[in-house]
Amino acid sequence: MCASGAGLHPPLIIYGRVSSVSAYIFLRWVANMEIELQHIHKRFGRVHANNDISLKLHGGRIIGVLGENGAGKSTLMKILSGYQPADSGSILIDGQKAGYHGPQAAIAAGVGMLQQDPLDVPAFTVLENFLYGQPASMTRRAARSDLAKISHEFGFHLDPETPAARISIGQRQQLEIVRLLTLGVRTLILDEPTTGISAQQKTILFDALQALARDQGMTVLLVSHKLEDVIALCDEVVVLRAGCLVGERAMPATKAELVRLMFGQDIAPQERSAGSLGEIVLKLDSLTIQDRRVRVETLSLDVREGEVIGLAGLDGSGQEALMRACVGLTPVVGGNVVLKDRDLTRRSYRERMRAGLAFSAAGRLEEGLVAGLTLTEHMALMDSERTMIDWPGVRDITRRQIERYNVRGRAEDRIEMLSGGNQQRWLMALLPEQPRVMILEQPTRGLDVDSARWVWQLLLDRRAHGTAIIFNSPDLDEIVTYSDRIIVFFAGRFHLIEDASTATVEVLGHLIGGNFEEAAR
Amino acid sequence: MTDNRTPLRILLLIAPIVLSLAITAILVLAVGKNPLEVMTAIWEGAFRNSNAVAGVVNFWIPLTFACLGLVITFTAGLWNIGVEGQMMLGAVFASWAARTLTLPSPVLLPLEIVLAMLGGAFWGFLVGFLRVRLGVNEIFGGVALNALANVLVIYLISGPWQPPEGGSAQSTPPFPAESLLPEISSEFPVSLLALFLIVIIVAAVFLALRGTRWGLNLKATGKNPRSALLLGVPTTQSALSAFVICGAIAGIGGAYRVLFTFDSLRPLPSGGIGFLALLVVLVVANRALLAPIVGFVFAAILAGSTRLRVVLQLDQSLAEVLQGFVVLLVLMANGLRGRILGGPGAESSIQPEPQAQPTVTTAAEATTHE
Repeated sequence: MCASGAGLHPPLIIYGRVSSVSAYIFLRWVANMEIELQHIHKRFGRVHANNDISLKLHGGRIIGVLGENGAGKSTLMKILSGYQPADSGSILIDGQKAGYHGPQAAIAAGVGMLQQDPLDVPAFTVLENFLYGQPASMTRRAARSDLAKISHEFGFHLDPETPAARISIGQRQQLEIVRLLTLGVRTLILDEPTTGISAQQKTILFDALQALARDQGMTVLLVSHKLEDVIALCDEVVVLRAGCLVGERAMPATKAELVRLMFGQDIAPQERSAGSLGEIVLKLDSLTIQDRRVRVETLSLDVREGEVIGLAGLDGSGQEALMRACVGLTPVVGGNVVLKDRDLTRRSYRERMRAGLAFSAAGRLEEGLVAGLTLTEHMALMDSERTMIDWPGVRDITRRQIERYNVRGRAEDRIEMLSGGNQQRWLMALLPEQPRVMILEQPTRGLDVDSARWVWQLLLDRRAHGTAIIFNSPDLDEIVTYSDRIIVFFAGRFHLIEDASTATVEVLGHLIGGNFEEAAR
Repeated sequence: MTDNRTPLRILLLIAPIVLSLAITAILVLAVGKNPLEVMTAIWEGAFRNSNAVAGVVNFWIPLTFACLGLVITFTAGLWNIGVEGQMMLGAVFASWAARTLTLPSPVLLPLEIVLAMLGGAFWGFLVGFLRVRLGVNEIFGGVALNALANVLVIYLISGPWQPPEGGSAQSTPPFPAESLLPEISSEFPVSLLALFLIVIIVAAVFLALRGTRWGLNLKATGKNPRSALLLGVPTTQSALSAFVICGAIAGIGGAYRVLFTFDSLRPLPSGGIGFLALLVVLVVANRALLAPIVGFVFAAILAGSTRLRVVLQLDQSLAEVLQGFVVLLVLMANGLRGRILGGPGAESSIQPEPQAQPTVTTAAEATTHE
């Protein structure tokens, strides 16, 4: 099937001069890549992250990799893309044993991975990032033309002279895809690619991935918790559970079928919950905020007890700035932050925490958790009152929280030994029990459907006791489901949706792209 | 699930010691001497009689004070090169008390120690203040303050505190006998008071790092100051307190040098012991209980090596070569342990992280926590 369309329209040759890069891709397109994983094992301490996984991946197909948190998806993908070695087992590419070690070698063998947070150099321009890893013989001019050609082919909009720090996550993804393609990658692994990009960018991405698989015979592996995306895009899915391969099936399949495959049981969709609102607890009085990326002018908001405010927007549109300004991590140029009649505008982060705010940041191991400390030590850090630490007592609390938050890990494990999803749960477990306002950056980042629901259950319990919640999420579904009110940000501008029950994912998807006027109609 | 890699763990612990001995032995062979004779000479140099042992102990005591201080800054992820200057300030403050105050020993000695702690703490505070308030890296600040401390010492010796017969910049006049730390006996000239203080401080540092909120704050600050701050740790306060307390403990080491090793203030009273302590702490990392033990081995090798020249006409710097290899190979073994035993950090190794290798407790780590 891949030959029919592509044969008539060889994808890259049509653009005049055949650059070496295009020719490379063209040659690669001739034969589909066949990857076979044989008996892959990987252990982290006592966790068997990949347990005897054998799998054949055929070229020309988009394959969804599913599984709940800690199922071993990321581990398997990192092994395949050379980021970490397997303990045992082998990878065959076109029947040949591939003994590569390291991402660069994997790319040379034709396997490239697009990280959830694309690995580019923020200070470099798009072109410079593109040049990174290319053969030294490539000139800037050739690079510029290759970049333009391939971008054009997929409908990407990449200005070569813009620094990577100033383009959106969606564009950084596009850049990375183009870069990997010119490096001759025939198998592309994408980790949660639709997180943090707009509806329009998602359409472009999906079209590009489909073109790559159907027309160029590439293998596309999609790791995602968003089953809608998997259903829309994939030809087949493989499902991991607790380190084992538990299922392979061809698409189409319904969401319910996929959920059953992943969890071994059905999970009912989350109901919208309306809590009862109390008095005004947090008052933002014409706040003007300036951070490195964005300026938000004169935002006023009254948050009531038990209210959930969802903040939507592309990365860096102002929602992070607002949340960080509330807790004193981003400077406020004008206006006031008032918590229960107490002006906190000039107070430090720690004072605000003591006054009843709670904050958790999106970057788990960068801002929030301390690699090298155990779960128990994290818990001990939360109790700032005592001079001496009551270790047995803290251990008890830790064990209770581990159970309550269903964390896969032991009290004495260091936090970085846990999988990303379990780290997220621990971050949530560390939040104080009954703050006045919780400010949460992406509270369910990297969590599977079930875990995310369950974290929200615990958050909503707190809300029922009067805690207000301000959160952001790249998952618009999450915002629509849990918010009472929604603020949509675009490049520092904002749009308040007074009744979140009237909002839909589609509407939000357009709003975060900046179409405020259209939405007002 | 039991860990089946315990033998590997033990191997990684012992291998660097054996290897560094082997390399040194090869060097000795290369210059045409017998490695066994060298070992014997060092051993005899350190332990041939009670006086020799006392020599080792007298070197070990200030070294251990400096090490215990550095264990604290190491835990906080800080690279306190300034420990040398902190020792010198301790020596200066103790010297002032010894010269100026005429009090009976039981009052004067504790007072000297307390003043030495204040002096060291003050110098440590300066390094910390430069670091947390003005953004001066503690390595640079420390180097500068070390130099300044020695300038101060030389100024005092050749200026206000010079001997009545005229300043030769060699030393101040000897301090009065009641201001000096008494020795246990003339066969074993070691200060009992200092030994007693070491026991107390080892226990205090161990317990403080292990069981107090302050110690945990230091650890969190050292491993990831940004996360620590968001978890509610007063990180600048933590870092500052680490410098101050390290300085105070190192200051006692400085006082010991002038009140026992010498009987007067001399140029560079710390004698490079602070730098040696930095090497020791590279090996022991944040394990306070290990500091006196590893420190003793280093002290014994150094003190014992003075005999190399007498017995074998070899330069005593051979001992430093051995120590250099021990430190280097222990660090390499730590790095290997992080890689081979993997586990922590491996899963998340490709996420952008502020530190390169969270598992490896080395100087490299301490310096990457900017």
